[in-house]
Amino acid sequence: MFRSLNYLNGGLFDDFRRLEREMEQLFGAGPWPSGIRSVARGTYPPINIGSTPEQVDVYLFAAGLNTESLDISIQKNLLTIDGQRRLITEEGASYFRRERFDDAFHRVVTLPDDVDPEKVEASYVDGVLRITIQRRETTKPRQIEIK
Amino acid sequence: MNENRDVVKQRAGTSPKEREAELSIRMPVDIFEDETGITVLADMPGVSKERLDVQIDNNTLSIQGTTEIAMPDGMEALYADVRSTRYQRSFALSSELDGGKADASLKDGVLALRIPKREEHKARKIEVRTG
Repeated sequence: MFRSLNYLNGGLFDDFRRLEREMEQLFGAGPWPSGIRSVARGTYPPINIGSTPEQVDVYLFAAGLNTESLDISIQKNLLTIDGQRRLITEEGASYFRRERFDDAFHRVVTLPDDVDPEKVEASYVDGVLRITIQRRETTKPRQIEIK
Repeated sequence: MNENRDVVKQRAGTSPKEREAELSIRMPVDIFEDETGITVLADMPGVSKERLDVQIDNNTLSIQGTTEIAMPDGMEALYADVRSTRYQRSFALSSELDGGKADASLKDGVLALRIPKREEHKARKIEVRTG
């Protein structure tokens, strides 16, 4: 389903994983590895981008977002997403872990050159913001008929 | 499945359980306690109610979920921060928490789990007698 996006091979990424693993072995963080920490350590929110000949889809993994705080803009092929996620602190409770992102964020994505900035749609489902940008007609592959 | 197998192959020295854990995302959580119980908030974007699994068994709380994201056919990846479709995390609970009365809700990819304390464990003010 999402495999093609999720298992992209990246040498740098694998190096990070190896480093993370070595760090954990060194500091003894338990018998099981902590898994991919891209969410906890990377820039917030994590982004996946996929393309087809018709469109480019940008997915932002940002749970619990107030969509009114979002400011999405596109200039030529540069997509900018500004937003914030502010968490409510429970008064009188004692916190053991506070790992969830609580701040403003800003991400800029460079899209392929042939996107049409006039044709952009955004939706927010289950904590994933999806921005779909159509590509220009002229760059879509065309079937050429042989006479 | 080819890509998947390649990742596993690189970890030939690890056990199957380790491999599985490594291929899943350890999602960020907030955990806080008040007088009546403990609340766990977990960010699991892309997970719907149907694909979320929360279990409390033998004092172990286990949270799992898989993402389901609408994608057009034939999509190719240009860039990916998120490389797994699975979230997983588990926590050991202490005995004063009543797992049987836990309550979970999911909104916009945020899981809110409330585990109340057993009645007899709720903090009591202890009178200090004098004399």
